[in-house]
Amino acid sequence: MSTNINHKDRKIHRQISLPFSKAFQISMESIRIRFWRSLITASGIFLGIAFFVAVRTGMLFPSAGPASEVVAAENRQLWLSIMALVVCTVGITNAMLMAVTERYKEIGTMKCLGALDSFIVKLFFIESCLLGLIASVLGSLIGWFFVTIIHLLGGEISHMTAIFWLGSLKLIGLSTVLGTFLTFLATIFPAIRAAQMPPAAALRVEI
Amino acid sequence: MASNEYVVRTKGLVKEYTMGDQVLRALNGVDLDIFRGEYISIMGPSGSGKSTLFNAIGGLDKPTTGSVFINDVDMAQLDAQELAYLRCHTIGYIFQTFNLIPVMTALENVTLPTVFAGMSTDDGIERGMELLKIVGLGERFFHKPSELSGGQQQRVAIARALANNPSIVLADEPTGNLDLKTGTEIIHLLKKLNREQGVTVISATHDLKMVDVSDRIVWIRDGRIAKIEERAEIELHIGEMEGEQEELTH
Repeated sequence: MSTNINHKDRKIHRQISLPFSKAFQISMESIRIRFWRSLITASGIFLGIAFFVAVRTGMLFPSAGPASEVVAAENRQLWLSIMALVVCTVGITNAMLMAVTERYKEIGTMKCLGALDSFIVKLFFIESCLLGLIASVLGSLIGWFFVTIIHLLGGEISHMTAIFWLGSLKLIGLSTVLGTFLTFLATIFPAIRAAQMPPAAALRVEI
Repeated sequence: MASNEYVVRTKGLVKEYTMGDQVLRALNGVDLDIFRGEYISIMGPSGSGKSTLFNAIGGLDKPTTGSVFINDVDMAQLDAQELAYLRCHTIGYIFQTFNLIPVMTALENVTLPTVFAGMSTDDGIERGMELLKIVGLGERFFHKPSELSGGQQQRVAIARALANNPSIVLADEPTGNLDLKTGTEIIHLLKKLNREQGVTVISATHDLKMVDVSDRIVWIRDGRIAKIEERAEIELHIGEMEGEQEELTH
């Protein structure tokens, strides 16, 4: 037994890099086992994107009335959509920063157990992209859906032209990309920071 | 049990922390040689540098100056991948706060190091179950850490530390969060693993119950080694322990 151990230790080995499929599997599992926590994080992303899409969808319906009022309304909507973007960015960043920070200790522990920095970053990359994508798709669709329904009930069915549909599609597509990207950005920086810390420092972090 | 071959050596270990404009020397020149198969206790009051020494030996933090050799390899010379291999295969860690991953079951926690070692899922589960049986938790493999008592969580942590057959188990105050009886059980479990599996146990502690099972005791004070005692030398002092022993039996 002991000669066996000696033999194993004598040579300097390098840790193996686990394949992407293994990282994907662990990330999926990680979202699943902390389902409720993931749901709360995702709802932060979801609400941000839904708000942004709702405001932008409203802009797809032309305002009626005298020219001066239309210009004022359009200016107002532009401001509103910029504000919506800011709220959405802050909401997503806040949700993801919290979600990563509360896992610093876990990152430190995984490093003690032999995880490579790059593998930990990979895990958070996959997890944030999956979470961001699902939440952003749902957020865009639901934000769009409700505003459209309200306008339809207001009798604006004549505005449902090809331009409206095309605009909606573009908006939903862009917002999904935006939401996923913001989620990814807000996750990856703290994750890289935590992964590069010496394990002792990551384990000391208290939140 | 202990052979005359070194498993861990430290040379002139110094660790400084900067707190504002003050420099705090947590370790102040520690030279320590540990033999393969030994059960070593690093004792000292809190703030004496025990945990800093633990972190340096385990490669969890870089010393300011000085070196740590694990199996004659200077840890400062290792790159990130070699260091990760060392943490995965050569050293097992046990913490005062257990540091189990709260969302994972006992079995998932124990199998995590085998995942990093590249073991297949089936082999990992088999290994995990075997280890949980060894630490006496065979039936509770499906429980989350929050559903286990402190002693049981520490048993899971010990099983996890052994997952990849390390030659060294490093324990930082393993009984610090446990009551007297549970703490004693954990100490005896560590001793049993030390005896039966030949794993070197290095434990930072201020729990005097550890003295009884240790081969050598390293006393640390103000970042320096105050004295190193053989187990046999302190037979005389064991009177101090009797109070605790009695408390145990009642």
